[in-house]
Amino acid sequence: MSEQPTQESVAAVRAEPRHEADTHLQPIKWKFPITYVLLALLSLGAFTFLTPSGAVTQFRLATATDIVTLPAANLPSFATALVLSLLQLGLGVLAVVAAARRIKLGLWHPMLFGLLFVLAFLVYAGAGRGAFIPVVTLLAGALMLSVPLIFGAMCGLVGERSGIINIAIEGQLLAGAFLAAVAASFFTSAYVGLLAAPFAGAAVGGLLVWFAVKYHVNQIIVGVVLNVLVIGLTSFLYSTVLTQNAEMWNARQQLPRLPIPGLSQIPIIGPVLFNQTILVYLMYVIVFALHILVFKSRWGLRMRAVGEHPKAADTVGINVPRTRVFNTVLAGGIAGLGGAYFTVGQGLAFGQEMSAGQGFIALAAMILGRWNPKGALLAALLFGFSTSVGQVLSTIGTPVPSEMLLMLPYVITIFAVAGFVGRVRPPAAEGVPYIK
Amino acid sequence: MKLQLKGVTKRFGTFTANDQIDLTVQPGEIHALLGENGAGKSTLMNTIYGLHSPNEGEILLDDKRVTFDGPGDAVEAGIGMVHQHFMLIPVFSVTESVMLGYEPTKTAGMIDFAEARHRVQEISARFGFDVDPDAMIEDLPVGAQQRVEIIKALSRDARVLILDEPTAVLTPQETDELISIMRQLKEAGTSIVFITHKLREVRAIADKITVIRRGKIVGEALPESTETELASLMVGREVNLATQKEPATPGEIGFSVEGLTVVSGSGKVVLDNVSLSIARGEILCVAGVDGNGQTELAQAILGLRSAVAGTISLDGTNLRRMSVKERLNAGIGFVPEDRSTDGVIPAFSITENFVLDQYDQQPYSNGVAMRPSVMREAAVNQTSRFDVRLGTVDDPISTLSGGNQQKVVLAREMSRDIRLFLASQPTRGLDVGSIEFVHRTIIEERDKGTPCLIVSTELDEVSNLADRIAVMYRGVVVGIVPGDTNRDVLGLMMAGVPVEEAYTQAEQHHTILGEADEEAQA
Ligand SMILES: Nc1ncnc2c1ncn2[C@@H]1O[C@H](COP(=O)(O)OP(=O)(O)OP(=O)(O)O)[C@@H](O)[C@H]1O
Ligand SMILES: [Mg+2]
Repeated sequence: MSEQPTQESVAAVRAEPRHEADTHLQPIKWKFPITYVLLALLSLGAFTFLTPSGAVTQFRLATATDIVTLPAANLPSFATALVLSLLQLGLGVLAVVAAARRIKLGLWHPMLFGLLFVLAFLVYAGAGRGAFIPVVTLLAGALMLSVPLIFGAMCGLVGERSGIINIAIEGQLLAGAFLAAVAASFFTSAYVGLLAAPFAGAAVGGLLVWFAVKYHVNQIIVGVVLNVLVIGLTSFLYSTVLTQNAEMWNARQQLPRLPIPGLSQIPIIGPVLFNQTILVYLMYVIVFALHILVFKSRWGLRMRAVGEHPKAADTVGINVPRTRVFNTVLAGGIAGLGGAYFTVGQGLAFGQEMSAGQGFIALAAMILGRWNPKGALLAALLFGFSTSVGQVLSTIGTPVPSEMLLMLPYVITIFAVAGFVGRVRPPAAEGVPYIK
Repeated sequence: MKLQLKGVTKRFGTFTANDQIDLTVQPGEIHALLGENGAGKSTLMNTIYGLHSPNEGEILLDDKRVTFDGPGDAVEAGIGMVHQHFMLIPVFSVTESVMLGYEPTKTAGMIDFAEARHRVQEISARFGFDVDPDAMIEDLPVGAQQRVEIIKALSRDARVLILDEPTAVLTPQETDELISIMRQLKEAGTSIVFITHKLREVRAIADKITVIRRGKIVGEALPESTETELASLMVGREVNLATQKEPATPGEIGFSVEGLTVVSGSGKVVLDNVSLSIARGEILCVAGVDGNGQTELAQAILGLRSAVAGTISLDGTNLRRMSVKERLNAGIGFVPEDRSTDGVIPAFSITENFVLDQYDQQPYSNGVAMRPSVMREAAVNQTSRFDVRLGTVDDPISTLSGGNQQKVVLAREMSRDIRLFLASQPTRGLDVGSIEFVHRTIIEERDKGTPCLIVSTELDEVSNLADRIAVMYRGVVVGIVPGDTNRDVLGLMMAGVPVEEAYTQAEQHHTILGEADEEAQA
């Protein structure tokens, strides 16, 4: 260094990035690669070598409405499971190599791995049963079971992103289901029911946020109380008014299916995704819109600011209570809409406690999806899919006891939350009242 | 814009934080507000900014009376503020933080990110700040966060700008930049209220100085006053700006680190083979520009970060594999650089914060039972010894002023038997009187035979305290020099120049600051 560094050059030196590490590095994380290899070995050992030799697994890929009817696939179980397992092993080894070389693999890796694993399981479960595995039914069932979860998870994330913990999703779904059924029945129009449902959810959300913002009541307690309140109220009305005059108050109404021309005829995914009611299409729109708006719009930015650090939001002139009230009520509307799926969405009459805990699973999906619309969507689909697999397999009969299959979604939840999500970070100010 | 306060009074319960304050800030005036910790400066500024509503009195802008329901109204009226405790959201990017509340939007409320990023870049370029608009706030060192706060305030084109201790965490170079920004704004007619504890800055830039003590205005001073005059006006007594200390009498080595290496989450080496040793009864200061590994060094010693290589030994035992708790029990007294996140739990009472790392130790607990009365008594005694201005020790610590929170942390760590005193920026945000006190206490701790490791970016503090100085640059210890090494040499070493070269270069060239110091000595 020939010339003396002045103050400016000190500042300039500081601005430069630090030199990259060459000698010491962070310890390599072996957890995931090892998990992959173990799962691949499980697939090889159980799904492949426990398959009776010579057995065939049949997949039905078509529905009646397809233009191009795909033929059913009859696959030799052992060979197919072997190939699928070896592919998994290959991915597992790839993960090990990548970890050792500190290369990051994209999201495609776990997704492909999961797909192969599930396929291998299906091949094994359906081996030599003589029954078809109805792929379209399996997938359609998965979507159907996911719909309330997706609406619920979206409701949860809008509320929590603005700092209000919402345990009352269950109650909001149920209230939506109730009002949808009653309104649809009274006006003999499923669409009126659909329009009414969000108001029920929003009303529950409004109560929640009123107690939370105005009286600073513990939000978890209010949520629990609201659930009990909605269950009690709907059960009471059900057993009095609704059962006395079911014709008038609780007659079944169903939203018609609106197949989208063209798209609905794509093999396999067409009938699953594009032959649905308006409610499901609305769900696509809501998820997509939230995916964009939460991170890219003024509304989303302010909502997140209020949920993370309300005082900072206040100092830039954002009205914290108003933001929270607006978002929680809006979120309630989304959940109410989801509730409509239980009744008018499926053409069922209202039944007591018909939401059956879905609101809580939706909450889990939101956490698993790390408070992101995309993540919550995938998590809800995962729940729906695993439930659907359990249901389909218990109808065709498998070597696995059906009770075990019904446990599947919950087992997946535990593993996913414990192992794969890693550090979850909820909005920092969630559940904390803002008191000036 | 002209800002005028008439008889503004703010009470918290029975405590009067601001008592009949009259203050006028003319357009294009830089008005410095001085006062001890807890004098009520921040409270007054928060009242102007609409965060508190005054109990009495009125606020006038350009001679028109205004009342604010919240900060939104104040911002509307043209008031901008840089808060003493940052109002930044850790998970936001710099761009998001700056635009929040004033987002440039396209159709349907979609944010125009390109425009927002451009604004950040434009302001940072205009004022010579260096920030990455896409960096996450939580990944930035405090100095950079402070710059983001300043950019945020500047981006609003405020006509009255309140700066509450903006220089507490800035390096001298950054402070220079900020001072020139303030001059530019002043030229443009912005009225500026500037709060700081660094008297040198006040003298450099203020047009007018108002001093507050215990909530009341006690006088005005001219910028020409000496630092000693300002200090005694603030504190109400004589203050020794340079602490007297006897030369150290170092004993055997009490604490040492050997070959300590730390890697950040993203795989960068942030501490590279650092070796230091401190004798009993000696103060070693770690100097350096903020962000050169000092924070990581302190964290690694306490165990908040794990080291990939090296040993940390205290009284001969290697601490490296121990948990934080075990290390604290082994006798480390630790003062973190950021009190509000690492030093205190804001919602806990002062007493609870006071026993935060000792609640399960004698005498505060007896088996499983805590002993609240003992805790409370200790808290009362120690806080009064450290002159913490508080209501009662049962109040949440968040009701204390910034400097007083810092004193609680210091009181906690220095009131027990420790084997190593480890402090990062121990006097950040303290007033001159308290700095004097803290420095004296640290020297007393040294004289009891405790090895002291003080990380500081303030050269004044370093030369006041240090028996030896270790200078860090990019995670490496550039060299260890005696405590009375002159500023020029230290400055060169802080830029990475090795020791011998730094001495030869410093012989040949003098910096302005160094010359000023020599003149002062002569
Ligand atoms: N919300 C509150 N509730 C009760 N007391 C408070 C509150 N806010 C501040 N105080 C008290 O008011 C006094 C003035 O605090 P303030 O923060 O204005 O001091 P300051 O002059 O900014 O000090 P520093 O230089 O340490 O930042 C302190 O004694 C503090 O304890
Ligand atoms: Mg203050």
